[in-house]
Amino acid sequence: MKTWLASTALALTLSTSLALPALAQEYTPDPNAKAGGTITITYKDDVATLDPAIGYDWQNWSMIKSLFDGLMDYVPGTTTLRPGLAESYEISEDGLTYTFKLRAGVKFHNGREMTAEDVKYSLDRVTNPETQSPGAGFFGSIAGFESAGPGGLSGVEVVDPLTVKITLSRPDATFLHVMALNFASVVPKEAVDAAAGDFGKQPVGTGAFKLAEWTLGQRLVFEKNADYWREGVPYLDGVVFEVGQEPVVALLRLQNGEVDVPGDGIPPAKFVEVMGDPAQAARVVVGGQLHTGYITLNVTTPPFDKVEVRKAVNMAINKERITQIINGRAVPATQPLPPTMPGYTQGYAGYAYDVDGAKALLAEAGLADGFETDLYVMNTDPNPRIAQAIQQDLAAIGITANIQSLAQANVIEAGGAGTAPMVWSGGMAWIADFPDPSNFYGPILGCAGAGDGGWNWSKFCDEGLDAMAVQADSLSDPTKAEERLKLWSDVYTGVMEQAPWVPVFNEERYTMKSERMGGDDALYVDPVSIPVNYDYVYVK
Amino acid sequence: MVYILRRLIQSALILLGVSFITFVLLYVLPADPVRQIAGRAATAETVENIRQQLGLDQPLFVQYGRYLAALAQGDLGRSYLQKTEVAELILSRLPATLQLMAAGIFAELVLGLSMGIAAALMRGRIGDQLLMMTSFVTVSAPQFVVSLLLLYVFAVKLGWFPIGGYGTLAHLVLPAITLGILGSGWYSRMMRSSMIEVLRADYIRTARAKGLGRARVVFRHALPNAILPVIAMIGIDIGIFMGGIVVVESVFGWPGIGQLAWQAIQRVDIPIIMGVTLVSAFAIVLGNLLADLVAPLIDPRIRLR
Repeated sequence: MKTWLASTALALTLSTSLALPALAQEYTPDPNAKAGGTITITYKDDVATLDPAIGYDWQNWSMIKSLFDGLMDYVPGTTTLRPGLAESYEISEDGLTYTFKLRAGVKFHNGREMTAEDVKYSLDRVTNPETQSPGAGFFGSIAGFESAGPGGLSGVEVVDPLTVKITLSRPDATFLHVMALNFASVVPKEAVDAAAGDFGKQPVGTGAFKLAEWTLGQRLVFEKNADYWREGVPYLDGVVFEVGQEPVVALLRLQNGEVDVPGDGIPPAKFVEVMGDPAQAARVVVGGQLHTGYITLNVTTPPFDKVEVRKAVNMAINKERITQIINGRAVPATQPLPPTMPGYTQGYAGYAYDVDGAKALLAEAGLADGFETDLYVMNTDPNPRIAQAIQQDLAAIGITANIQSLAQANVIEAGGAGTAPMVWSGGMAWIADFPDPSNFYGPILGCAGAGDGGWNWSKFCDEGLDAMAVQADSLSDPTKAEERLKLWSDVYTGVMEQAPWVPVFNEERYTMKSERMGGDDALYVDPVSIPVNYDYVYVK
Repeated sequence: MVYILRRLIQSALILLGVSFITFVLLYVLPADPVRQIAGRAATAETVENIRQQLGLDQPLFVQYGRYLAALAQGDLGRSYLQKTEVAELILSRLPATLQLMAAGIFAELVLGLSMGIAAALMRGRIGDQLLMMTSFVTVSAPQFVVSLLLLYVFAVKLGWFPIGGYGTLAHLVLPAITLGILGSGWYSRMMRSSMIEVLRADYIRTARAKGLGRARVVFRHALPNAILPVIAMIGIDIGIFMGGIVVVESVFGWPGIGQLAWQAIQRVDIPIIMGVTLVSAFAIVLGNLLADLVAPLIDPRIRLR
């Protein structure tokens, strides 16, 4: 049996978005980096949990990343996979068996050495329905997932203290990305048991930092893990997260030198002011984000069951103007995937803004006089303003859209139940869980998400495209990575031909930092660690 | 004694009513907490599984019965998303809220009473009119705006106080004043009329006739009598403050239960919403009860029946 020896080169071929030379694979440490210093990050909301099996919001995602490690990881500031707690791995020729060799001598924050038993325990735990992990579904390709319970996952086997073998029930080209998700973090059983259901407040991992203090509603303090297994990092002695800070107040404090990074970003009301001041603008890092804002058109609700109508709506929306509403913090979108995602179709024009063309299509569908419909939108700024712009654009081709501005949970409910003819995704939009094109399909455009309560709010289900998606994800042979991305590109252009969405824009990230913060700009717009990669930034 | 017992039973019934209404409102809410827990990648099976584990697949009355049964044992349940005990979350934040409320009441009394006394003494003159106009503004000023304005002027520009946060007495000043400003409008008006009434009373005329100085008449003879009915209102204030702390705690980063409630509402974390509602209702009921019990001590003409 032929096996591919694990190496960073393999990881490279899997992720072709950043065509880095093979040598750039291993992260080159910043020669100017200095050890020491403690930084302050602010957030409006308290942190919900630091349990890697539970945490699933953009706030705790990067915090958990710094406390825990998984078998796989990403090169800082990029979407390129690299081995984490696994030193190397082998994939069987049929793509169904992954054998991970673990690093020796890695210690948990409690001092105990990490072993293969811990890897098995962690995967058993996250897939056990009793854990109620929102990420359990990502592990669906592991053998025995369907019957996972207190007995554990039959597909995860401990070969020896430093070797784990994972058997899949179907080839899954995204599996290494799944192993890099927070949900796959390795946790020590004794600490989970000792916390008695409250591991999220008493986390113990192998990460670059350990939790030193958590005063509910006030602050969390991360302290450098001096025994961290990666050489030389982290640079910082600690990170203080102050919670309960309004974004406007956080900005004032940053200007006053009390805060290093406002975690919630630059408040929209202050954006023009900050960017208009050269001194402040110089401390803002701009980068792409794996995000798309879109309007869903419910294909099961007339008249959106007619493809002409859906295309007409696509042509009626003036995306340029909508990006102006958010002060140009985004680029107009042509397709579901954001430009920084592997598999993005370069040069695809999508539906250009064309009011006359849209009217003609409506007439073709027998709706020359237009119709009336509802547009659901989340009720926080700037979403209602964006909805008004959409409303005006639709009025120009004779469609009357009544805006239903509701709380987030209510919009999600209406979208999932299929009662919303149109939904503007802002505030709930899809940000990728991992940098792979498949992540934008299954739950939000595939048949699997189209059922009652699913996140596929357009209820679009094309079995032909679903089959293509399955085929693409079965190409786990890294030499077929190009072929796989081509298939995904075809899936998304196929989706656009049927126009169940209006892709509106891809948001850019704007991270503001204090004068004293050092490190490559890419670390401040890290695609997987928002707002910053705490393990690699430093104080000048 | 019988009166107190009857009021306690009444209070318990009110709390039960509040718990029921809140429970029903959260039940009929068109937002599914299970979906918030399960995450966007969850299969329908996972969603159902979690629903069963939490007992959310049961009929409303079964769910409510279970909640009450747990509540009777002092168990407020666990947060859906944080998995932590709700009682622990509330208890850890309650001291901050109580501190803020006490400071807020102090601020509103100082501001309100001094404005009211000054207005009464200047009755009918321009100063009186100006003060009463100010009270209109303070009663109607949105707390969100007031808090940001105070922060900007006194913390950012002048640097007298820290920019939000919690810990020292200096942190407490601005949020307490923000809370106090709203109530000070009411208090200044009550104090003004109460003071005017007292100043007309016979014993004040007597005091003046004795040749006592103006300051002595006002502060020694009039104030203690005029202030009593106003003080009795404090108990009722607790209810008004409960609304204000949500905004004030959010802006100033004050780690109290208002902030907790606001975050829980956004995340449809029902056990926390229920817990905070019950604790707030308890505080309001207790405040009203105290106000009623204290009233006859202050004014013997009031009899409890």
